[in-house]
Amino acid sequence: MHIPDGYLSPATCAATYAATLPFLAVALHKVKQQLHTRMVPLLAVFSAFSFVVMMFNLPLPGGTTGHAVGLGIVAVVLGPWAGMLAISIALLIQALFFGDGGISTLGANCLNMGVIGIGVAWLLYRAIAANASVDSPRRVVAAALAGYVAINVAALAASVEFGVQPLWFHTDAGVPLYAPYPLEIAIPAMLIGHLGLAGIAEAVVSGGLVSWLQRAEPELLQSMAAAASSDANTDADTDSPSASVDWSPMRKLLGLLGVLMVLAPLGQLASGTAWGEWGAEDFADPQKRDEIAAASRNDPLPAGTPEGLKQLGTLWNAPIPDYEIPFLPRTVGYAFSAMLGGGLTLLLWLGFGWVLGGRRRRSSPG
Amino acid sequence: MSEQSFLDHSHQRGFLECQIGSLLAALEHASRAERLAQAPGLLQRFDPRVRLIAMLVLIGLVVSTHSLTTLYGLLAAAALMAFVSRVPLTILARGIWLNVLLFTGALALPAIFLVPGDSVFHVPLLGWAMTMQGLESAAFLVGRALTAATFAGLTILATPWPHLLKALRTLGVPAVMVVILCMTYRYIFLLLQSALDMFEARRSRQVGRLTGAEKRHMLVANAGVLLSKSLHLADEVYLAMQSRGYRGEQHALLEFRMAPLDWTALAVLLAITSVAFRFQAWGLG
Repeated sequence: MHIPDGYLSPATCAATYAATLPFLAVALHKVKQQLHTRMVPLLAVFSAFSFVVMMFNLPLPGGTTGHAVGLGIVAVVLGPWAGMLAISIALLIQALFFGDGGISTLGANCLNMGVIGIGVAWLLYRAIAANASVDSPRRVVAAALAGYVAINVAALAASVEFGVQPLWFHTDAGVPLYAPYPLEIAIPAMLIGHLGLAGIAEAVVSGGLVSWLQRAEPELLQSMAAAASSDANTDADTDSPSASVDWSPMRKLLGLLGVLMVLAPLGQLASGTAWGEWGAEDFADPQKRDEIAAASRNDPLPAGTPEGLKQLGTLWNAPIPDYEIPFLPRTVGYAFSAMLGGGLTLLLWLGFGWVLGGRRRRSSPG
Repeated sequence: MSEQSFLDHSHQRGFLECQIGSLLAALEHASRAERLAQAPGLLQRFDPRVRLIAMLVLIGLVVSTHSLTTLYGLLAAAALMAFVSRVPLTILARGIWLNVLLFTGALALPAIFLVPGDSVFHVPLLGWAMTMQGLESAAFLVGRALTAATFAGLTILATPWPHLLKALRTLGVPAVMVVILCMTYRYIFLLLQSALDMFEARRSRQVGRLTGAEKRHMLVANAGVLLSKSLHLADEVYLAMQSRGYRGEQHALLEFRMAPLDWTALAVLLAITSVAFRFQAWGLG
């Protein structure tokens, strides 16, 4: 899971740093409002705790051992923003001092575990635990599931980063310059280990520690639960270690977006090509030419492929042409493309909103 | 941490011994780094900011080069730098190179057969074809991981950690992050010692063998105690900070001064980088 130096190309490293830094900047901004509270030592001590917990060898059924990252418990106790910072700090120290994970790949590791892992763990824990009482077993199950899913989603993100390397970064002779395995090898190889070992370790540690907190530190979970249930009344100045975020206005929209993403493969039921979205190759296919003519009131088509279309059509090669991923069934590829596109769009808007919000705050008096 | 790292992964027998072994490895790595950082070597004489910038530039070079000659030339340069900085090569070999070879080497091995290309050798009986492209790909992956880890390891072994963290301010890392990083580093060792004490205490009282479920239960309980200790420690540290006048402002002292030797080092770094890129541009890989 900790990607060492040399596995990812400089372009991928730059892209992952660019994707991670806005999240860390927002996290730092939100946490800064609490820095007059106990957040500074709490963040430091919790980062140290997650570091030490990563060193525990958890015995798993079958005689093997696994390591937890602490995504579930950090998300539960610190919340999303402070959690992102805590995991990123632990990753920075691991990379710099212990060589666990690279320095050029620190952005990717922070993105996979700090941003995606903590984000997934937090959302899932909140969705499952909902308004359950502090001592409810549902909280234990929620933390275990949140940890299990979060580490697997983080591993999936890492495997996609590995898998695109040989596709995009190779010499003219076909020598992969970085991680050499394509997506169809990288994804199963990463997920088998995480679904079976690391995921179970993460689930045991997350669920076990929430169960421990229920008995030993219930007030901590109490403040967490209170922060989660009072969506509208959260205050950044609260002393609760969980940096609360107002997700409620977004929740319904995000839910709707999720449903639409899952339903995206229904788009394949429509036959033919959308009007005006023809490719250069469509003009060489007699069947496609008939379709284009029928859709254009039977206006005569040019005899060959239009020169302009031929030239401009090769300007940019889409990384996922026609929403199809070679090693995935068409339906799954379609849904995956919807998720990727939707996620990137959300990310862009979040970044845009953050920049605009920052300007407004600076220009507003007081 | 069973992944590629600078820690000694020597496997211990017994569940408790295994936990103690991995915690001790981290503590030993830290004490060895502090000892070497005080040695009178060449690297130790440079300003920590120069060391940090040099490490980042050289790792950038390692990651971006498309030439195996440049890559392994940089690895030789790193070994030479270790020698003149009085960092024993045995420490590099055992603490860094062996770990990288065990992890990345094992990971790169199948690529020799899986990457399609021109066949150079067939494994007898199995008939697997070893390809030239696969060999080059494995050489790139192992070379990059080895060289980058060597530069990172050398910097850490030659620089006291607090100096390195202060040097991060040069890169624009906010003061509050540097303060939190310094505190985190301090508490890692406190919590490591605490965890070590817990496992030692348990080992001294352990009679007979634990089942898998008992081991998991014990480990999670230990992690829980450590979590409780961490939370109480955070409270105590906060009270201590308040009693010393902490009001939310962070200050990190930055007393480094650039000497002529540091400017020379930066010029040499610039020269190495330009030569490496020129070398690549000429296609001398």
